[in-house]
Amino acid sequence: MEKIYITSDRLSSQACIDLVSDNGSGGLVVFIGNVRNKTKDKAVQYLDFESYEPMALKEMQKIADEAVSRWNLHDMVIHHRVGKVPIGEEAVIIACSSPHRKESFAACEFAIDTLKETVPIWKKEVFEDGEVWVSAHP
Amino acid sequence: MKVKITAFGIAKDIVGGKHLELEVNGQELSLVRKDLISQFPDFEKLASLKFAVNTNYVDDSYQLNENDEVVLIPPVSGG
Repeated sequence: MEKIYITSDRLSSQACIDLVSDNGSGGLVVFIGNVRNKTKDKAVQYLDFESYEPMALKEMQKIADEAVSRWNLHDMVIHHRVGKVPIGEEAVIIACSSPHRKESFAACEFAIDTLKETVPIWKKEVFEDGEVWVSAHP
Repeated sequence: MKVKITAFGIAKDIVGGKHLELEVNGQELSLVRKDLISQFPDFEKLASLKFAVNTNYVDDSYQLNENDEVVLIPPVSGG
């Protein structure tokens, strides 16, 4: 399994944990971004993700490389799902490990915040009566 | 010059397809932005519109080469 990975199949948090597990790391943090059943008060049916894959992988790799070097991590993995993702399933999983917990908590938060700003992946929320590209408009 | 453009997300909806070609009078990427906005005014309503060439973000002063593929990056929303 790749450390930086985009797939239309279901993501596995265990696979991500296995990729960063390490006997020298006492702290392992996993962030899972799940598909929520509503936006504000409107019921969401599912999300539909699209990526510009070669660039998205490159930007995800940059985030992992920067996190590993800034917080001296053992490693970081980022898996992102594309296509239709049903309510309750994982859209993104980030896992990282380090000798102590603080570094991994900080690195994981940095990674998801940066991913949302720089990685060319787009999600459309699909409602019963229409659909909208998230964040497109101010 | 002729510029090949690929669109993702809402940019694809705005131009009505994944690919298009623009004829611009010069090499600076800012000309592409100007032309796109004049042909498709909905681009002005977006929170942002970035460009990538060969899988890297580039700014508007980028000088286009003959075989560049320009990719339209509307506001991203992964995660």
